[in-house]
Amino acid sequence: MEFPEEELLAPGHRGCAGCGAAIAVRLALKALGRNTVVACATGCLDVMTSPYPETAWEVPWIHVAFENAGAVASGVERALKAQGKEDVNVVAFGGDGGTADIGIQSLSGAMERGHDITYICYDNEAYMNTGIQRSGATPYGASTTTSPAGNLSFGEDKPKKNMAFIMAAHGIPYVATASISYPEDFMKKVKKAAETKGPAYIHLHQPCTTGWGFKPEQTIQLGRLAVETGAWGLFEIENGEFRVTYRPQERKPVVEYLSAQKRFRHLKEEQINEIQEFVDNQCEELGI
Amino acid sequence: MAKEIMTTNRAVAEAVKLAKPQVVPVYPITPQTTISEYLAQFVADGDLDAEYIRVESEHSAISATLGASEAGVRVFTATSSQGLMLMHEILFAAAGMRAPIVMADANRAISAPLNIWNDQQDSIAQRDAGWIQLYVENAQEGFDTILQAYRIAEHEEVMLPVMVCLDGFILTHTVEPVDLLEQAEVDTFLEPYVPKFAYLDPERPMSLGNFADPTYYTEARHDMQVAMDKSMEVIKEVGAEFGEKFGREYGLTESYLCDDAEIILVCMGSMASTVRHVVDQLRAKGEKVGLLKIRSYRPFPFEEIDEITKNAEKLAVLDKNFSFGIGGALFADLKAKCHKETYGFILGLGGRDVIPEYIEEAVELTKNPVKEVTWLGLKEDE
Repeated sequence: MEFPEEELLAPGHRGCAGCGAAIAVRLALKALGRNTVVACATGCLDVMTSPYPETAWEVPWIHVAFENAGAVASGVERALKAQGKEDVNVVAFGGDGGTADIGIQSLSGAMERGHDITYICYDNEAYMNTGIQRSGATPYGASTTTSPAGNLSFGEDKPKKNMAFIMAAHGIPYVATASISYPEDFMKKVKKAAETKGPAYIHLHQPCTTGWGFKPEQTIQLGRLAVETGAWGLFEIENGEFRVTYRPQERKPVVEYLSAQKRFRHLKEEQINEIQEFVDNQCEELGI
Repeated sequence: MAKEIMTTNRAVAEAVKLAKPQVVPVYPITPQTTISEYLAQFVADGDLDAEYIRVESEHSAISATLGASEAGVRVFTATSSQGLMLMHEILFAAAGMRAPIVMADANRAISAPLNIWNDQQDSIAQRDAGWIQLYVENAQEGFDTILQAYRIAEHEEVMLPVMVCLDGFILTHTVEPVDLLEQAEVDTFLEPYVPKFAYLDPERPMSLGNFADPTYYTEARHDMQVAMDKSMEVIKEVGAEFGEKFGREYGLTESYLCDDAEIILVCMGSMASTVRHVVDQLRAKGEKVGLLKIRSYRPFPFEEIDEITKNAEKLAVLDKNFSFGIGGALFADLKAKCHKETYGFILGLGGRDVIPEYIEEAVELTKNPVKEVTWLGLKEDE
């Protein structure tokens, strides 16, 4: 696996120290190279990388709104096709809110229509740009500013929406999950997605120091803990074939992942046991 | 070419074909749908070499249209009513990103109550989005205006999207004779689109649609105002050139018997034909009335309107829309910007026919005013 030295996301962007979204884009662009156009949903990523008159993007980049990265990318892809520039990678980035919630219609349409695009959801499991509000991708038990823990609440009371399977149900040629803490696995998947003729979707788990409550230097460690405990699974679905791309040799108890984050610190043994059971079932289903 | 009989929707589709857009994202909605259908057939038959995107909503229609425009190609889309409402957010983005999009809006009432028939509330509700809005009176104007719209939108000192507004059913589904142009003729008027400023190209990477803080936002919006002001001149130039080439001249407004008129009836769109008929009838009776048709609602040509109406005593403004507590939008604009005794009339909402009697009543109520704004034909007991 090649790790090109060239940086296509310039340093000096305004992300938090330890920002996982910046790591996500940096790695993705290393895999994609310069012959790429990016469509970006509103969110942390656009705000931190594009304050006029500056930009952190070394590749052509467009932002329009929160909920339409799929549709904007559709238009870009067809316009490039009309100009005979079919070799250009068209990639959309959306956060979990912009993807699983407000942007799911536009994304679903883009996938169903078969555009030759790669959509990467950088999932930090809440609306981080607006200050840590609950999204459809917020996991069970997480305390957010709109699903706070309190006397009558243990935080978010619904499990995370399974976007990878929702995308797979569209029958598209390539779907994968990934983590920024497994760069080689992620970049391989990005390359595969870009080389796929037709739509590809990557759901990227991306720890957020500010929203999850851990020290900036622990971003990669948290992503690893999610995978090592089975709270997040790495797989791909290529032309309908499901394959786990990484299996922890021995799964760690999920409490190690939960207790490392402020958002889960209020959980009692009862909920931790529930989450462990949920993770065990999920791993069994996925074959992890 | 001999005249052909067709609806305004067909005339619009024929003009779009001649303008050769490369990407056309559309979503069906009555009464716009047949424009999308004609274009689909042109593409299916190889008569239009465009990427036709069957999007899942109007929100995605305008989003994909904007994405394609920013990637450097000529684009077209069409919508109506609820669809235009769904586009609302992205209309502002398209104008702010200075995308030279041309879109047809088949003017239709807005729910609730649900209603598929004509009024102009839908496009009026978008008047502050930063789009140029041109209203057409008939199928011929629909055809001609689409071709001019590309010249206006793509003018390097304008670079704003243009909405061509056609009254639903009254125009979109009514057949009329239309003088079509040949491709070779259109090619002398409208050249292929070549983006000059901002576009997506890996050879020349740039960021479009950036975040702007208070240091820059005001100037970006003010630039749009400058472009909108400039567009008045461009609309006139393009309309004059179209007239020289093809014999049908266009401007910001069209006036009929206004020079000596005591009362000038002001309106937009297909209603102008009915008003012209009433003006003729009243003139035959010796009444000094005239018609001022506003073709360009945004930019709003108030200086030209001032000049045309300078000899008149009063204005009677006919609106197929209204703003609560104010009256019609055109009435409010004229009242604010022109210096005449002005009365407003609301009519033709949700497809109710604009009959000559309503226009005559408007003239009578302007001569002997009871109140500033009157809803014509209102059934008080229902």
